[in-house]
Amino acid sequence: MLKYIFCSFVITLYINQSMKKYISDFIVKTNERLHANYCLLKLKPQEGKLPEILPGQFCQVEIKNSKNTFLRRPISVNYVDYDNDLLWLLVRKAGEGTSALMDIKEGDILNLVYPMGNGFSVPADKGKRLLLIGGGVGVAPLLYFGEVLKKAGVEVNFLLGARSKNDLLELDEFYKRGNVYLSTEDGSEGEKGFVTTHSVLKEKWDSISCCGPMPMMKAVAKYAVENGVDCEVSLENVMACGVGACLCCVEDTADHGNVCVCKEGPVFNINRLKW
Amino acid sequence: MVDLSVNIGNLKLKNPVLTASGTFGYGEEYADFVDLNRLGGFIVKGTTLNHREGNPYPRMVETPSGMLNAVGLQNKGVDYFINEIYPRIKDVDSQVIVNVSGACIEDYVQVCEKLAPLEKIEAVEINISCPNVKQGGMAFGTTCAGAESVTKAIREAYGKTMIVKLSPNVTDITEIARAVETAGADAVSLTNTFLGMAINVDTQRPYLSTITGGLSGACIRPIAVRMVWQVANAVKIPVVGLGGIMNGRDAVEFMLAGATAVQVGTANFVDPAVTVKIVDYIEDYMKRHGIESAKDLIGAMKK
Ligand SMILES: Cc1cc2nc3c(=O)[nH]c(=O)nc-3n(C[C@H](O)[C@H](O)[C@H](O)COP(=O)(O)OP(=O)(O)OC[C@H]3O[C@@H](n4cnc5c(N)ncnc54)[C@H](O)[C@@H]3O)c2cc1C
Ligand SMILES: Cc1cc2nc3c(=O)[nH]c(=O)nc-3n(C[C@H](O)[C@H](O)[C@H](O)COP(=O)(O)O)c2cc1C
Ligand code: FES
Repeated sequence: MLKYIFCSFVITLYINQSMKKYISDFIVKTNERLHANYCLLKLKPQEGKLPEILPGQFCQVEIKNSKNTFLRRPISVNYVDYDNDLLWLLVRKAGEGTSALMDIKEGDILNLVYPMGNGFSVPADKGKRLLLIGGGVGVAPLLYFGEVLKKAGVEVNFLLGARSKNDLLELDEFYKRGNVYLSTEDGSEGEKGFVTTHSVLKEKWDSISCCGPMPMMKAVAKYAVENGVDCEVSLENVMACGVGACLCCVEDTADHGNVCVCKEGPVFNINRLKW
Repeated sequence: MVDLSVNIGNLKLKNPVLTASGTFGYGEEYADFVDLNRLGGFIVKGTTLNHREGNPYPRMVETPSGMLNAVGLQNKGVDYFINEIYPRIKDVDSQVIVNVSGACIEDYVQVCEKLAPLEKIEAVEINISCPNVKQGGMAFGTTCAGAESVTKAIREAYGKTMIVKLSPNVTDITEIARAVETAGADAVSLTNTFLGMAINVDTQRPYLSTITGGLSGACIRPIAVRMVWQVANAVKIPVVGLGGIMNGRDAVEFMLAGATAVQVGTANFVDPAVTVKIVDYIEDYMKRHGIESAKDLIGAMKK
């Protein structure tokens, strides 16, 4: 216990002191449409190289070509390609801001404030059995997390769920980094049903990292509690500043009441949440 | 060389650009993006006597050219500010002003008394205009008697610069401004957010947990400019102008209307470095217009 407190103290210090945030212009290198409602943007910093980014962190994206919105939109870091200095963002069309983001052209400039928030925990013990569960566009941060885990020598297992086959994104990339289990609500790919009804959950897992729609994350959290599995989820509360200044994005926690998802999250261990 | 400095009562600002309470945290949150020493000052989060959890989530929704918030003054209380935050920010080379809120007059007075000994804090901004708390808050700011009584009580207990932040949610803001001037305020700041509301027609539910909230951002600017102009003509004490300032031009507009200094709020969310850009713009504007002192910009609108 003491050791745990000490570790989390060190990690907190590490995050607060070393994770400098930047406001940077990026050039859109490619904008690839993945089916009708998703796009994958690959961005290159206009100047300099990408800084260290933790898996699970996000960017506050300025969307200049959106007529009726002005606030930045939080979008997870989907992947960091340090070899080519490319930052990947996976975007789902939700409303005006994300629609405009989908229409952005190669060569356009996108301004990001990044990297924001904390990240998923990388286990110190490589023997641990880890399951990364993603739903819909919530798979976004898991790709980079999978890559980091793979590089750290941890066995990576993805359980990816979606409404139907067309909503399963970047599968080829996930297959490169670990074992992939699929579920769709209509049964068009993988097992039919929800991620929580997938047979792979009958196996013994040490910890789960999850990102997806709220009902899915709550169902996964319930599974984790019932089966004594450690579990982290990435929340998507509505944000304004993204830096912990406005207190708009709060989540009620068991230990500290309302805390900022943008700063103390977006990743939370479920034992902190009042779900 | 142009002189950017302005004074609010005894408070000297190296330039007229301040940040608006509740939008800039304790300054530290923006230290990666702006050199805090370059600001006229920053106004920290609304501070109350005791810890406040604020309102439940959701607390924010974007609206056309603006946003509604219902934070509800979440903060850890004045003692936490004094013990934990103050030591970290006290060495900054710009003014730090604490925004003070309370549920009753005694709360306001006690918070100000606790802040008074802090050397770095040369001024408080009294929030009598928060639309997001049930008790107190805006209630003091919407009647002359309420505004006067809270100002008077603080004046008796607090000797440093007192800025009273006015609510725009009143019929005649000049009446309230005159009442707080008479009661001993050194300056007024306006405006706080406008009471507003938005409903999600898909779910048929309000966007905010509190149903109504405070509207800020570019959409309120013309109303705020009008109010600043009216108040500047109605009182002798300095007026600090804010409400929808998104860039340097907007800041100059408020000064032309009669503001001695300006505050930048919602714009920080769009461009975390906007405040220093506004300082640069004002300096450049003065050079281009042959204005030597920022004081000469105050109320310089031509009729
Ligand atoms: C930390 C974080 C990481 C994210 N990562 C990604 C990502 O990688 N890819 C991606 O596509 N999206 C991601 N999102 C969600 C994305 O930010 C929202 O979809 C986006 O802000 C919606 O903006 P819009 O202008 O398109 O829609 P709006 O017009 O603002 O909203 C459309 C509808 O969605 C609802 N809505 C908007 N934002 C949210 C929210 N945060 N939570 C719940 N409902 C909301 C609105 O109430 C409205 O009904 C992330 C969000 C957070 C907080
Ligand atoms: C998220 C948020 C929190 C705020 N909190 C406070 C507060 O604690 N005290 C206060 O006096 N004003 C508060 N305000 C009001 C601002 O200080 C400012 O008066 C208002 O936003 C108008 O300026 P703007 O349009 O530049 O944002 C808050 C505003 C926002 C958007
Ligand atoms: S979005 Fe402003 S505090 Fe999190």
